[in-house]
Amino acid sequence: MKFAVITFPGSNCDQDAYHAAKDVIGEQAEYVWHKDTDLKGADVVVLPGGFAHGDYLRCGAMARFSPIMREVQAFAARGGPVLGICNGFQVLLEAGLLPGAMLRNRSLKFRCEHVHIRVEQTDTPFTSACRRGQVLKIPIAHGEGNYFAEPDVIERLERNRQVVFRYVTREGEATDAANPNGSAAAIAGLCNEGRSVVGLMPHPERACESILGSADGLVIFESVVQSLKSGALVARA
Amino acid sequence: MRARVFVTLKPSVFDPQGRTIADALHSLGYGGVQDVRQGKYFELDLATTEAAQARALASEVADKLLANPVIESYRVEIESLSGAES
Repeated sequence: MKFAVITFPGSNCDQDAYHAAKDVIGEQAEYVWHKDTDLKGADVVVLPGGFAHGDYLRCGAMARFSPIMREVQAFAARGGPVLGICNGFQVLLEAGLLPGAMLRNRSLKFRCEHVHIRVEQTDTPFTSACRRGQVLKIPIAHGEGNYFAEPDVIERLERNRQVVFRYVTREGEATDAANPNGSAAAIAGLCNEGRSVVGLMPHPERACESILGSADGLVIFESVVQSLKSGALVARA
Repeated sequence: MRARVFVTLKPSVFDPQGRTIADALHSLGYGGVQDVRQGKYFELDLATTEAAQARALASEVADKLLANPVIESYRVEIESLSGAES
């Protein structure tokens, strides 16, 4: 199975995602430059964290126009699994692959720390190996992760079960203090209506080995491998 | 023609930067400043000499790139080289 890790100018978590896919879980991985126009036969696409195109104008706003995004859109439209992490999530929002937008963190501070997120849905390719309600300890590192959508959109997301991860306490409770950025409904991650496109602000690729302080992110990568190998997903680039 | 595009957060969107600036002004003694909303300002130099065309073009690029309609709204002003119109 092959992971394509999209590298934009300013991406800085592409090597972590590549390492998680290739070295930690032992699958194939390949970098795909943002100006490339094919996904090199990948089965999974990862939009990594960083500051694509310097995050000029708005986070993710310029990356939407990179040539490779046309391929990512088409791959997603075929039901291919796409994971957007942090800046990659912001790119998915700007590209309209996921609803909503990011605002500056409520505290105005760049937050870089381990947080706890609760798995709300297990019928996405990136959470299929999780237990519903499972609490994962995963780091965040962002200044603009304050998820916003109008109340009617939030309502629709809840109704369609598109909220995949929520910020919670260690015990799994969604309290205001456990919400590190002020996100609406404590949303840490979402999926699209087709459930194959998932975006989240926390960095699972930075939490795949216990030496890094947590290996809880591993299950995200294992989930998509399991989903693809079981034949639940068949899309290919 | 020159277009000036003002992009601001929609009224329904909380602006933590604007709030922090308002708080700072209050602590400086400017209690008369009731609220602050921070935004972005763009000047576009356009090849056209037609105000209507300039407005249409500026609005199109604002919709497409300068503003994110999920959280932001914008206002366009058009100025000709010979004098202001809007």
